Amino acid sequence: MSDATVSEGPSRGEICATACADAFRGNGEILASCFGTAPAIGARLAKMTFEPDLLMTDGVCTVVDMPNPVSGQGHEQVVEAWLPFRTVFDHLWNGNRHVIMAASQIDRYGNQNFACIGEHAKPKAQLLGMRGAPGNTISHTTSYWVANQSAKVFVPEVDVVSGVGHDRAAELPDATTQGHDVRFVISNLAVYDFETPDKRMRLKSTHPGVTVDQVVENTGFELVIEGDVPETRLPTADELALIRDKIDPKGVLGREVPNPE
Amino acid sequence: MDKRTTEQEAVAELRDGMTIGIGGWGSRRKPMSIVREILRSSVKDLTVVTYGGPDVGLLCNYGKVKKLIYGFVSLDSIPLEPHFRKARQAGAIEAAELDEGMLQWGLLAAGHKLPFLPTRSGLGSAVTDINPDFKMVQSPYPGPGGADGEELLAMPALELDVAFIHMNRGDVRGNGQYLGPDPYFDDMYCRAAKKRFMSVEKIMDTADMANEGPLQSRIINRTMVDGVIEAPNGAHFTECPTDYGRDEAFQKEYAATAKDPDAWEAFKAKYLDVESEAAYQEAVRNR
Repeated sequence: MSDATVSEGPSRGEICATACADAFRGNGEILASCFGTAPAIGARLAKMTFEPDLLMTDGVCTVVDMPNPVSGQGHEQVVEAWLPFRTVFDHLWNGNRHVIMAASQIDRYGNQNFACIGEHAKPKAQLLGMRGAPGNTISHTTSYWVANQSAKVFVPEVDVVSGVGHDRAAELPDATTQGHDVRFVISNLAVYDFETPDKRMRLKSTHPGVTVDQVVENTGFELVIEGDVPETRLPTADELALIRDKIDPKGVLGREVPNPE
Repeated sequence: MDKRTTEQEAVAELRDGMTIGIGGWGSRRKPMSIVREILRSSVKDLTVVTYGGPDVGLLCNYGKVKKLIYGFVSLDSIPLEPHFRKARQAGAIEAAELDEGMLQWGLLAAGHKLPFLPTRSGLGSAVTDINPDFKMVQSPYPGPGGADGEELLAMPALELDVAFIHMNRGDVRGNGQYLGPDPYFDDMYCRAAKKRFMSVEKIMDTADMANEGPLQSRIINRTMVDGVIEAPNGAHFTECPTDYGRDEAFQKEYAATAKDPDAWEAFKAKYLDVESEAAYQEAVRNR
């Protein structure tokens, strides 16, 4: 590692990516799947450092020892296994996965929407559709990544529930929700969890340079905020070097998460 | 039996109001030459079951779709299918949206001649609001987790009148072979359908197919197919590895037309409202 590589302090994006990596901490030998650049960097970082046993794909249907960088030169990936779409469902219904999905809307219990905005029958904006969100959330650990948090994304009520949150899961029988585990929300401002008695979203940490007021302003519901909220940890020098040299040498992360002015 | 046929003859089997399944996934190995033939036909009010890509955008745009049964519609490199979005935002189609895994389950149930398959997927989400006809079923057995009488969602069989798939290789009898990395759900569409048409990049002698790929690539056997259509470049502009990748430039051009009615009319006139698949392929070559 050269000093030049880490001479600049961590960017907001790098802090987010490291928080995404931390979301996989302790997961061991499970399939790690990601939507978005920060989660994709985070999963690679976790695998290169503290979670070497994570299973990851090339983004299509091959499990590889280490997926290619999110930018820059690819490497010769060693194939570990074949995972076509049909077996993705076998795998995920089995529960052995942690996915970080995107959220166009998310509420205080972690109900998520990326299907469409407005009424489902005639939406104002058609987005991705349900995709695998209902089955993912009911079957295995799910976290969310929000690249641009605002009160339009953190909403009192989502228009359409694609990913099942804690309040709706609580209404279902235990057997149905044995795999349900909506764990973290990571945004460009902060990290959240659901470690509260009624599993409402809690402000876990704010990113350095972000105030609690700023988080509250950009949240359309009442967050659980307990005492002095800690700061999200900074990436270590080694982690920064891995991100900048190995995972994202062209710095595409800055496009997803611009540094605050 | 020689099952060779044409896109025209296959599409002539369609009647207004039928349910069709389209193989492939997103903008990958779609039977596009058949989709283009449907655009040229007078058939309408179709129910379309698919892991959607540009097939859905085109069929919606041409007013062919009454109801769509899907988990998503995407062009992959362009995440949102703009023509599908327009149709949805105009409220032009009935959108029976599912979790992706439920779609597989419905096809599998139909293929196994079962009325449903049980799942937890969809429970707690808007899927059950969007599909109010879906029913629950109680398990007669204790579950692997030890739960008694678990209530599960009964994903109904998605029975198809006609299935269309595209393979890399096939023979005249209807044996089919994919050469790319993923079979998607193409065999399931065939087993779920009363009538099955398979387009292929190349028809060849059965014996020679062994030289094209491993045994495991021979996923379609002839009991699953009623008609074989030789359609070189037939999946264009979706990808069909290992024969060709996605035509990204063409896909971009297609997607951009959603913003501009004049551009769309020009695109249609140049590529779609032509007399045949051969004319389409020529227009693509000459662009």
